[in-house]
Amino acid sequence: MRLLFNYLIFPGFLFSACIGLMAGWIDRKVTARIQWRVGPPWYQNFVDIIKLLGKETIVPETAKLTFLFAPFLGLLSLVLATTILGKAFILPSESFLGDLIVILYLLIIPAIAIIVGAFSSRNPLASIGASREMKLVLAYELPFILSIIVVLIKCQGAIQIGSILNHQINFGPNLASVSGMVAFIVAILCMQAKLGLVPFDASEAEQEIMAGALIEYSGLPLAIFRLSKAVLLYTTPLLLITLFWAKDLSPFSLVGKYITLLVIIILIKNTNPRLRIDQAVKFFWGPVTFLALAAVVLAVFGL
Amino acid sequence: MSHKVVIPIGPYHPLQEEPEFFRLYVEGEKVVDINMVIGYMHRGIEKLSESKHFDQVAFLVERICGICSTSHPFAYVNAVEDLARIEVPGRALYIRTIIAELERLHSHLLWLGLAGHFIGYNTVWMWAWRYREPVLDMFEMITGNRQHYAMMKIGGVRRDIEEQHIPALKKTLDELVRAVDMFKGAVMDDPVIHARLKGIGILSRQQAIDWAVVGPTARASGVNIDVRKDDPYGAYDKIDWSVIVEREGDIFAKTKVRILEMYESISIIRQCIDKMPGGQIDANVKDIPPGEGIGRVEAPRGECYHYVRSDGTNRPIRHKVRAPSYMNVASNKVAAVGGTISDATITLAAVDPCYCCTERVTVIDKSTDHKILNGWDLIKLSQEKTENLKKSLKV
Repeated sequence: MRLLFNYLIFPGFLFSACIGLMAGWIDRKVTARIQWRVGPPWYQNFVDIIKLLGKETIVPETAKLTFLFAPFLGLLSLVLATTILGKAFILPSESFLGDLIVILYLLIIPAIAIIVGAFSSRNPLASIGASREMKLVLAYELPFILSIIVVLIKCQGAIQIGSILNHQINFGPNLASVSGMVAFIVAILCMQAKLGLVPFDASEAEQEIMAGALIEYSGLPLAIFRLSKAVLLYTTPLLLITLFWAKDLSPFSLVGKYITLLVIIILIKNTNPRLRIDQAVKFFWGPVTFLALAAVVLAVFGL
Repeated sequence: MSHKVVIPIGPYHPLQEEPEFFRLYVEGEKVVDINMVIGYMHRGIEKLSESKHFDQVAFLVERICGICSTSHPFAYVNAVEDLARIEVPGRALYIRTIIAELERLHSHLLWLGLAGHFIGYNTVWMWAWRYREPVLDMFEMITGNRQHYAMMKIGGVRRDIEEQHIPALKKTLDELVRAVDMFKGAVMDDPVIHARLKGIGILSRQQAIDWAVVGPTARASGVNIDVRKDDPYGAYDKIDWSVIVEREGDIFAKTKVRILEMYESISIIRQCIDKMPGGQIDANVKDIPPGEGIGRVEAPRGECYHYVRSDGTNRPIRHKVRAPSYMNVASNKVAAVGGTISDATITLAAVDPCYCCTERVTVIDKSTDHKILNGWDLIKLSQEKTENLKKSLKV
């Protein structure tokens, strides 16, 4: 019963989705203010989801069963990751060995769900979007894992969220060292790609391939994808805070850190054009991976 | 991968909010061929024009395009004046030039914004359109309308630019120079924009000549053509200005040409304001003799060409229009093929294809389902807005 509560309400689905949708609203509002627009009211993202739920679900004739199955797969695994992460915050002692690895795996699944769903719709634009998404995942996962290895080295090889948190509470945040800082910057760039925001939103590029991977989705499945995006907007920054910036765990400081990361995301989003997918891959496998490797080397030498 | 996939851009597509249809044949991300279909917007304007009298046609051709809504009437009146050998008063020529250059300013800002939007840079889009607003306000102050200014008239212009308009106009231009400075810095120094725009969609000088492109598209490829210099009309031969030419031929060069042209436009308007003579603004033309005439105007997108033939009645018996986009769109066949899909979208947009669309508004009272605003109410609202604007500008 308690597990179910944890999974569905707090800190799982309902809580993370609400925070994510509110964060999405902050994103829209701040973006609008930057662009001399007014921006939507605070409940806009919620009514968007509710409206989508009430819309007809159109399934293309060519689509397979996986077309409907994919969005749920993405959301379910994402919520599981969020629950594990959130529980580790509330009760660090209850986290299990290797939960970090589980979370990292679960966080890739939403991207895979988009790819599977897009390919199964058999729309040419969707398959271009899916292939871009696939390239992007391949591009950002390597530096992302490398930046997490830096954390592991700093925390004496702890692959348990609870002990990573404890280590930072005792010895200061991982951020407060050269290697930690570099790894944190790498992780922020990877987070931007994970969230599929400008400049790494080639898989959804509206002006090129009309929402790409999501083009055939409508109604409930589209709402599920939107919810996944919202939950992701909550989970990824929280994961970064957990790994790099977790000295003070009071709710007030957590909210402050979360908003700081959100502002960084919004600023990157609004001051860059979209990169071509080949440029994005080159960017991640070139300079970003190099930075991540440098951070690992620095961490090995204890900097 | 040799499997060809067709990516349709249009007739309905978020990229181009107008009915044009590009079929991109792609292999993976690479565009290997392109097929274009235009003609969705055929409205029979040339035929319609044969059923209107000469004065009405100026209003009709204004409706060819909402963005170049002074270039077409300008070219048309040039054609009729060429036909009837009409001497236009000097002041009218200067006013025409000011209006045409203001139009170039707002059109280039519009394009800059759209180009930003097409490469996913929505901040540039919104900012460019924000700084375009004051230009439209100037139109509203001088002519009473944001678009469709109805300034051109055979033998002159319909409205004068009055003495009290000048300070507001000068102030707007000063502010605009700062805005264009900002865009120049933001676009030309941004490494990511360089990565996206440099070296893609290249139209070489020879290709530009072979495909007969016009306007900024040609000037970005090193072809020095500009009707304002080559065949001066209006007051362009009395003003000191230069044609902006770039050699690279890529999208970045096209952007650069348009941004630098905005400086030229501002300088032209300033000189026009200073040099504008007094006197009549209309030659009071009565009859159009039989004959034929051509008018050419450098629209923001390139050379706009009008041909008019008269048989001595009050209607043209033939009126031919060639808009610049008609020449430019075809060059995508060489510019877009070979790039990726991401490049193709901005390449297709870089010739600044002209969006011609009209909007209709109906306001409905929810409680009674009655239409509460009709056409006249909208005109009244628009007039009130103009009055408020003039008050706020202290005109």
